[in-house]
Amino acid sequence: MESPRFLSRTDLLGLAVLALLLVVILPLSLDVFRLNLVAKYLTYAFVALGLVLCWGFGGILSLGQGVFFGLGGYCMAMYLKLEASSVENTKIQSTPGIPDFMDWNQITHIPWFWQPFHSLTLTVIAILVVPAVFAFLIGAAMFKRRVGGVYFAIITQAIAAIMTILIIGQQGYTGGINGITDLRTLKGWDIRPDHAKVVLYFVEVAFLFGCILLALFVRHSKLGRILVAMREKEDRVRFSGYSVANFKIFAFCLAAMFAAVGGAMFTLNVGFMSPSFVGIVPSIEMVIYTAVGGRLSIFGAVYGALLVNFAKTSLSESFPQLWLFGLGALFIAVVLIFPNGLAGIWRDYVQPLFAKLLDRRKPGPGHNGGTLGPVADGAPAE
Amino acid sequence: MLIGHQQPDFLLAVEGLTVSFDGFKAVNDLSFYVEENEIRVIIGPNGAGKTTVLDLICGKTKATAGAIHFRGKDLTKMKENQIVQAGVGRKFQTPSIYEDLTVFENLEISYPQGRSVFGALSFQRTPAVRERVEEVAEAIFLKDKLGMSADLLSHGQKQWLEIGMLLIQDPDLLMLDEPVAGMSVSERIKTAELLHTIIKDRSVLVIEHDMKFVEDIAHKVTVLHQGQILSEGTMETVKNDPKVIEVYLGH
Repeated sequence: MESPRFLSRTDLLGLAVLALLLVVILPLSLDVFRLNLVAKYLTYAFVALGLVLCWGFGGILSLGQGVFFGLGGYCMAMYLKLEASSVENTKIQSTPGIPDFMDWNQITHIPWFWQPFHSLTLTVIAILVVPAVFAFLIGAAMFKRRVGGVYFAIITQAIAAIMTILIIGQQGYTGGINGITDLRTLKGWDIRPDHAKVVLYFVEVAFLFGCILLALFVRHSKLGRILVAMREKEDRVRFSGYSVANFKIFAFCLAAMFAAVGGAMFTLNVGFMSPSFVGIVPSIEMVIYTAVGGRLSIFGAVYGALLVNFAKTSLSESFPQLWLFGLGALFIAVVLIFPNGLAGIWRDYVQPLFAKLLDRRKPGPGHNGGTLGPVADGAPAE
Repeated sequence: MLIGHQQPDFLLAVEGLTVSFDGFKAVNDLSFYVEENEIRVIIGPNGAGKTTVLDLICGKTKATAGAIHFRGKDLTKMKENQIVQAGVGRKFQTPSIYEDLTVFENLEISYPQGRSVFGALSFQRTPAVRERVEEVAEAIFLKDKLGMSADLLSHGQKQWLEIGMLLIQDPDLLMLDEPVAGMSVSERIKTAELLHTIIKDRSVLVIEHDMKFVEDIAHKVTVLHQGQILSEGTMETVKNDPKVIEVYLGH
């Protein structure tokens, strides 16, 4: 029995194809505006990646990933906002040196929880730690009490709703419904011009590959197999000597951290953060990206996020009213017809086709190796 | 305070164990002791509470009253996974395996190492692990099926796989719930053979209906009836107990 390598041949191929697409094809064929849109789509790929681990493999459906996306995004936005709110930039305010929306809300000094965001180091730490701690608290409260399945999904959805209400209600501290806007520089480097957008795109792609590698590592470790076992027979895993709650908490925290990195990249690439990316609707859309991509496929998550968002942009450019129906239809189609999403279509229809073509070229004993190899490889995993 | 202390010879001491489901006492003030390397069989008519006793010991069901001491630890206060780590293994009545994983992976997950989150992340499939998995696979007649997805196994093979998963855990107390139920005659014979090898050097608690099998392996038999002990002793004693004949064997 071969041990599962960290990177199998299929994984390496997947990485190469994705790298070709994201690093070469898209930057060469798109203008900066479109490339920036792709950067925005890709921020959701981080979230979808986390959902593949947590929902696809672990069976923990979270309908509140927008919360973690938002936490990461807001942490980044707070740092950028403080940098943009220098005394010089805000000298027309009644209290110069504080973010504009605080001034509009008669707040005269920067509140304590904004203070750490003066430092970029602390901000980067906060982007990872704040969502992880929050996910840990939710996870510990739920999973230790063995709340799971639909109940967990509903609770995460409620948390997403609460988070939106909180952000909108605390206008003076959060920028309210408008969010945190007018972000300018990162350590003095302007994030708004075209060349900055291109640099940020590549930075984001690099982070995405980091997260993909981490996800692949987790998936191929024994922990990945325990997640699959847990999705199927949670009780039995306890009698194999594992604390199911701890493994669920880990998967949920990791998914939250991925989402937060996506959120932070969103703020940098798009230039603002608002509660409209935190609530129930965006959280459910994130689940749809994952489902369309194939909830059991790490690479599928990236393609799902790209394709659904691309469809969203093009459809809502031409038929703004139709998009939501399109999205609903897409979700129903995925659930009913393609439960394994794009990755499933690839595995069940496209790959056998390739295998057949390859077989025709080199007939003989290659037949079994060609078709059975990837299927047996993927069978327990996907 | 001497209550709760037991003689050190006993591996498992069940004392005053009671569980009530909405007032119905499935197990009622039950006490029994299992020694090291003892093979104890629990028999009794349907609904006597046999499976519930195993559920209570392995932590699946929480006791209403009483104590279960295993090597000086009170199992009633521990979680399922802690009880497993303390050395109690349980085979369920219906085969309970991970069907999305291969036979190899099923056995590997049961290998008693890397059970914490970060332990599982850094777990390596070392030659020692592979060797042990292959050794167990050979014992459970599945050596040539290691790479196969577990859902493709037959019912009997699934039962064997679960026995293998227990075997690789190497528990000090092994609990088997009707290990030969639903098996064909040839599978039964093979399983009996398998059980004979794996019950060596450990204590075993078995629920079984097959009297021939019971007579064959049991050191001591406990007869349960309506959640209480009706009779206890060697198979010979139990068989000749008029109370037992009345409720169970006579039927």
